[in-house]
Amino acid sequence: MAKISVKDLNLYYGDFQALNNIDLKIEEKKVTALIGPSGCGKSTFLRTLNRMNDLIDHVKTEGCLCLEDQDIYDGDVDVVALRRRVGMVFQKPNPFPKSIYENVAYGPKRYGMKDKKQLDEIVERSLKEAALWEEVKDRLNKSALGLSGGQQQRLCIARALAMKPEVLLMDEPTSALDPIATAKIEELIMNLKENYTIVIVTHSMQQAARISDNTAFFLMGDLIETDKTQKLFTTPRDKRTEDYITGRFG
Amino acid sequence: MNKQLKEKIAFSILTFTMLLVVVPTVLIIGFIVYKGIGTISWEFLTAMPRKGMTEGGIFPAIVGTLYLVLGTIAFALPLGIGSAIYLTEYATHGKLYKLIRLAILNLAGVPSVVYGLFGLGLFVLFLGFGSSLLAGALTLACLILPVIITASEEALKSVPQSYREASLALGATKWQTIQNVVLPHAMPGIVTGAILGIGRAAGETAPILLTVAAFFLPRLPKSFFDQAMALPYHLYIVSTQVPNMPEEIKYGVALVLLGIVGIFFAIATAIRIKFKMANRA
Repeated sequence: MAKISVKDLNLYYGDFQALNNIDLKIEEKKVTALIGPSGCGKSTFLRTLNRMNDLIDHVKTEGCLCLEDQDIYDGDVDVVALRRRVGMVFQKPNPFPKSIYENVAYGPKRYGMKDKKQLDEIVERSLKEAALWEEVKDRLNKSALGLSGGQQQRLCIARALAMKPEVLLMDEPTSALDPIATAKIEELIMNLKENYTIVIVTHSMQQAARISDNTAFFLMGDLIETDKTQKLFTTPRDKRTEDYITGRFG
Repeated sequence: MNKQLKEKIAFSILTFTMLLVVVPTVLIIGFIVYKGIGTISWEFLTAMPRKGMTEGGIFPAIVGTLYLVLGTIAFALPLGIGSAIYLTEYATHGKLYKLIRLAILNLAGVPSVVYGLFGLGLFVLFLGFGSSLLAGALTLACLILPVIITASEEALKSVPQSYREASLALGATKWQTIQNVVLPHAMPGIVTGAILGIGRAAGETAPILLTVAAFFLPRLPKSFFDQAMALPYHLYIVSTQVPNMPEEIKYGVALVLLGIVGIFFAIATAIRIKFKMANRA
């Protein structure tokens, strides 16, 4: 079932068109990988899904993006509410300079939750879901900046999960991490898809092949091809996809 | 010329320029402390002036300056931080934005006596506050606003964009993001701006001359609509306007003014350090 369906999406930075007529369906509780060379528009596309592009001046978005049956870009959509349903993890781990506890509790607190017991529960559940609980349970009140890069990134995932989002967007979440930390995050992603719909941008085709169910290949603002990951990597339909995944360019 | 020699020359010149800044500062402060320390006594700090200010203390001038600085900060800090937040977080970077920035830069270059005249025209006469602490504090607030806005803007700009993104992506509103992530991180820089502002507000003479300061007023101000004595103006008076003024009183007043500014700096620096520690935790 399609959790998010995108139709005829065009996006412009000023006069420059960054995305051309994108049609894509994102399946519920699956991992969808967006691949393509730098500057192909995959991150831009990801950021349309929780309207993070709104933060940039002179961005114009056209077309239809639906989260279930709600048009994300409809005039009266509450962007704040949308971002609670669609969480995001960024390329570089970006925990707040606060304690581990405060980082995870940040979203629920802004949402108006004050009850200490409820917050404690959410923090524990989220950290467990992000496979970080065992490592940090004794130092929840210590600064998040004291964690390793990989731990920080899992903390950012926990922080996003605390809002119980339906969709989790990940923008190259492992590109700043070492191979061991990367492996942990990948394992985590495969567990998370039981409960969450995940869209991940990645530079690593191996990563896309390892963890995703579906893959979409972007090139110069066009969506070239999308298919089951296994199929796209073994029998691509488009010559350009084949060239890219066999390493002939990009 | 070989590299080592160039390196030595550059090092010498830079050391020299550093000394050029440090040595006069130390000399001035040292000189004032040396000449003025003998005057400082409990009576000098807490008594009313007597006999045409040649005897007694400078208590009303100290209190007047404290009130003025606190009043100035009370007006300028919220207004300055608010403007800086608007400019960095909300304003779109169009023509209006550039115009506002230009206005702020120009305001910073306006001579202080012009602020005094402006304060006299607007606060003292037009708004009818009279020559009063209120008019003086408002005038000084206008004077230090550009400093506070510019410093706060720099501080806000230095907050990593990734913090804002992380907060917004968690479904926080813009204002929640500013309150919980942006402002705490920018606070040390904002406090630095406030420190610079306090230094100026406490030391300016021309604006208060026109808006608040009394030549001789041996009682404490009772309300914000009262006139008051203030240290910089008092220093000017005892140095130039009163014949046969004992030398040490002049230096005593100067030393007290320096001391008060120093105390404000120390408090602000302590606040700054506290915020810095909080950011690291």
